[in-house]
Amino acid sequence: MAFVPVDASIPGIRSLFEFRPETGAPLRRLAHALLHGESPLTKGERELIAAFISHGNQCTFCTMSHAAAARHHYGSEADVVDAVVYRGDHSVVSSKLQALLVIAEKVRRGGRIVTDEDVAAARAEGAVDRDIHDAVLISAAFCMFNRYVDGLQALTPRDPDAYIEMGKRMAEVGYDGGR
Amino acid sequence: MPHIDIPSGLPGITGLLESRLDTSEPIRELTQFILRGPSSLTEGERELIASIVCDGNECQFCTRAHTTTAARYVGSMDLVRSIIDNPLASPLHPRISRLLVIAAAVRASPRGVSQELIDDARRVGATDVEIHDTVLIAALFCMYNRYVDGLASVCPDDDTYFETLADRLSTQGYVRKGLVNATH
Repeated sequence: MAFVPVDASIPGIRSLFEFRPETGAPLRRLAHALLHGESPLTKGERELIAAFISHGNQCTFCTMSHAAAARHHYGSEADVVDAVVYRGDHSVVSSKLQALLVIAEKVRRGGRIVTDEDVAAARAEGAVDRDIHDAVLISAAFCMFNRYVDGLQALTPRDPDAYIEMGKRMAEVGYDGGR
Repeated sequence: MPHIDIPSGLPGITGLLESRLDTSEPIRELTQFILRGPSSLTEGERELIASIVCDGNECQFCTRAHTTTAARYVGSMDLVRSIIDNPLASPLHPRISRLLVIAAAVRASPRGVSQELIDDARRVGATDVEIHDTVLIAALFCMYNRYVDGLASVCPDDDTYFETLADRLSTQGYVRKGLVNATH
């Protein structure tokens, strides 16, 4: 049971958005801008970073929901998501994304450990400022979202099927209610 | 030197927030509401929650910004330092001391909050919304600290910079500087 009285019929972070709409509204808009807004990274790549970081933080709800959204974006190549998130096999994604995942993982563990060499390695694979910015901010934002969900013990469905429709909606509609 | 070009040249979080407005707008709105909006937690208590997280994450820019701002509310930097070093020994009401312990747990681990910590806070009067807001403030600063340090944004050396920043944060809050000036 969640630590605060949320609507128990709503899974995960959405129950917290409903509990405190004043903070739910900007949190939704932030997720939408990060994962659906303009970026040199594809929506699939961004959802993949979100799922990868959430898995590192052991946040089951965010991992399963964002992995489902990423699979939806990747379509016939959906196994890429499982390789990166669950099997730790990064060879299935571009060299640029591999280098950005190294940076994102260091941001997850603590921003200060990202080195100039990590950033130079990403640039050598074609990453521009905006790729690096977005990889860092997506990782940082999921260090917030994961702590918010698990710090308040929001309801986490255990059945993987529960995430398929959720992921589809996240991928197609996004996070701001379709505005 | 920052890892990416910061067109405004501004230090710390301020330059980053100016470099991508579609994400900074909701971040600013969230911050303004959770730290300055209507709440049973005082602004000083909320700045202490921010401070204990930034300090634990060793984010120099954010720690100096928020401890300097917290000191405006609680009286002195020495008191802020003693509170965040050992919240349970602080002279504050036990309610905020217990909430600071929860904030430190959120920072230390994404799954660090136990039922026991929640019960301890409730026993001394913490409400549902206070618990919610404490967890969210702590989580928010886990984002800010990683954003600032992950891109190696510049941290000014001089205390004057942070005193000026604290003047602004304690009187005008977290709305965008240009917008504040535009209303005057």
